[in-house]
Amino acid sequence: MGDFIARRPIWSFLIIVFAAILLWLVFAVWPPALEASLGRKRVFLSALFNGITLGALYFLVASGFTLIFGLMRNVNLAHGSLYLMGGYIGYSIGELTGSWLVALLIAFLVVAVVGILMQVLLFRWMEGQDLRQTLVTIGLSIIFADLLLWSYGGDTFQVTTPEWLSGPVELPFIVGLRSSGEAVMMNYPLVRIAILFGAIVVGIAMWLALNRTRVGMLVRAGVDDRDMLSATGVRVQLVFITVFAFGAGLAGLAGVVGGTFQSLQPGEDIKILLSSLVVVIVGGMGSIPGAAMGALIVGLAEQFGSVYMPTYAVMLTFVIMVAVLAIRPEGLAARR
Amino acid sequence: MAIAEHPSAYPARRPDRLGAAIARQGTAFWVAAALLLLMPLLVSSFWLVQILAYAMILGMIALSLMFLAGYGGIVSLVQMTVAALAGYVVAIFGHSAITQISLGWPWWAAVIVAVLIATAFGTLSGALSVRTEGIYTIMITLAIASAFYYLTLQNYTVFNGFSGFNGITPPVFLGVDWGENIPFYYLVLGCSALACWAVVYVARAPFGLALQGTRDNPRRMAALGFDVTAHKIAAYAFASALAAFAGVLLVWYQRQISPGTGGVGPVVDILIIAVVGGLSRPIGPFIGALVYVLLRTFSLDLLEWVGLDGKRFQLLIGLGFLVIVLFSPDGLIGIWRRITERARRSREARAAQMRIGGDAPGGTP
Repeated sequence: MGDFIARRPIWSFLIIVFAAILLWLVFAVWPPALEASLGRKRVFLSALFNGITLGALYFLVASGFTLIFGLMRNVNLAHGSLYLMGGYIGYSIGELTGSWLVALLIAFLVVAVVGILMQVLLFRWMEGQDLRQTLVTIGLSIIFADLLLWSYGGDTFQVTTPEWLSGPVELPFIVGLRSSGEAVMMNYPLVRIAILFGAIVVGIAMWLALNRTRVGMLVRAGVDDRDMLSATGVRVQLVFITVFAFGAGLAGLAGVVGGTFQSLQPGEDIKILLSSLVVVIVGGMGSIPGAAMGALIVGLAEQFGSVYMPTYAVMLTFVIMVAVLAIRPEGLAARR
Repeated sequence: MAIAEHPSAYPARRPDRLGAAIARQGTAFWVAAALLLLMPLLVSSFWLVQILAYAMILGMIALSLMFLAGYGGIVSLVQMTVAALAGYVVAIFGHSAITQISLGWPWWAAVIVAVLIATAFGTLSGALSVRTEGIYTIMITLAIASAFYYLTLQNYTVFNGFSGFNGITPPVFLGVDWGENIPFYYLVLGCSALACWAVVYVARAPFGLALQGTRDNPRRMAALGFDVTAHKIAAYAFASALAAFAGVLLVWYQRQISPGTGGVGPVVDILIIAVVGGLSRPIGPFIGALVYVLLRTFSLDLLEWVGLDGKRFQLLIGLGFLVIVLFSPDGLIGIWRRITERARRSREARAAQMRIGGDAPGGTP
């Protein structure tokens, strides 16, 4: 941190100023002049929170994607299909058992098993052939999409929010003042806040697992040099299968989460895949902190874009991607 | 996997030896050429336009990808987007039913502008994605392609949003209405042949050879003094020009253009066509496109004939693609080559056996 400030004083200064302005925008009562130019504070705050929670969802999907890419050099273009599959499975289990947590768990497990099958039956036999693996994942994504369409049809589904997570909650942010001078507080859906906390917990757990455990050490070593790792006698295939299962399972889990506060329908797989692609390109491929950073940026860009420039909301995301590619082709968090 | 054959060293060309030039192409080539030229006499206009012409247009777009992937080792998903952009520019600058946007320029001006703009776009995306290498390209180009799709979907002032443009007609030129079935077929056939020739020519030219060098060993090429990045960007420019011409033909074929033309589905389909056909020879993409169009047109009947739901077309495409990728990395032409190779070898083996065994000529072994 201190190192960063010493190396890039101008950038650090800009970041600090930006953070200060943001904090002021979040906590202060907006003067009328600001409301006139930027719109109501309620809109701004909800765009901010929606962006952060959307970023949380993107992080859940993209971290699996980036982990698989980092270790196995496998661009899993079927990742969006795994997301949608998890969502549909979660919906079915939720309807069957009535429990959201059971749906979450089973979606994770089933999709993890699908991931293991993909690694064991297909990718294991074409190691080191990046392009061929990617082509296989394209074929798989087409097949999965059609199978899901076959079994669930083209209807829109939504996973039922559990009782204990539904309803709004009051946040300690003032959105405005009543004429009586009384402060109006921000109300926000509890389920989105829970998802944000969930994603943060998953992120921290992943960081700890990668940096403090033996398996994590093997994974990091594998990311750096796969051949050397296997030469030291580690059963690399086992590490690969573990990572693939975990990454796929995370996509399935994200499917249930996304199905709870968004919706599930054919075409959602491609949308999520594209978002994860942009997240991973912006953040830096193969890096978990990069995925978190990219997810936050993309989520915020999408939400602020749809509020303040509705016709070009999606374009904004891609403009950011192009800008990052032009300045830092390896992504923001990539090691030099 | 995308390894194209090195063009074999041909003897110095002598224009006076026409016979040798004809013989060099082989019998299969001339039979196919004659068949394609005589096609209007043989098949109905449905087959002529909906199947053959459409397949050749898709084949040209896939050919541009084959050039990049086969000779440059670059797998770009942006080629369909380049074609769609060219189609859009033809609609915007030329004539269409959306008169409040279309500028109504003469067709040739619209086509020139379309090819220029689309080529510039393709080259720019290339310049953006060659900064990263290998498998990253596929991700970045996919992201660029979908950005274009969303732009056309959400922009109404230039791209007319969801509905796009309709009422675009092929031009009347030299007294021929090129929108008629038979002239359109010949137009597409001529363009495809030209595109094929261009790819073969460029691949043999010094630039093409240098490009293949950068594919096989970029570091060595850089050490030899070649600018690897510039070669790759130039390859993008050439491929984009091909795709742009194909896009003009595509919009004339469809007579309308909408965001779906450059959607993620078609973008991936072009990759599928090129890979299924085979990335090692220029003819591969056309074979892949023919198979794709045939499957797409007749899958309903085929699937119902087998006893399945006719709507499972995508499943069929996906499974077929997976099988090709898993078992024949050089596509259908790879399968064909292996079959002919095996037949030749067994014939030779038989001949050798006969000689050794001292059988009378013609005796069954």
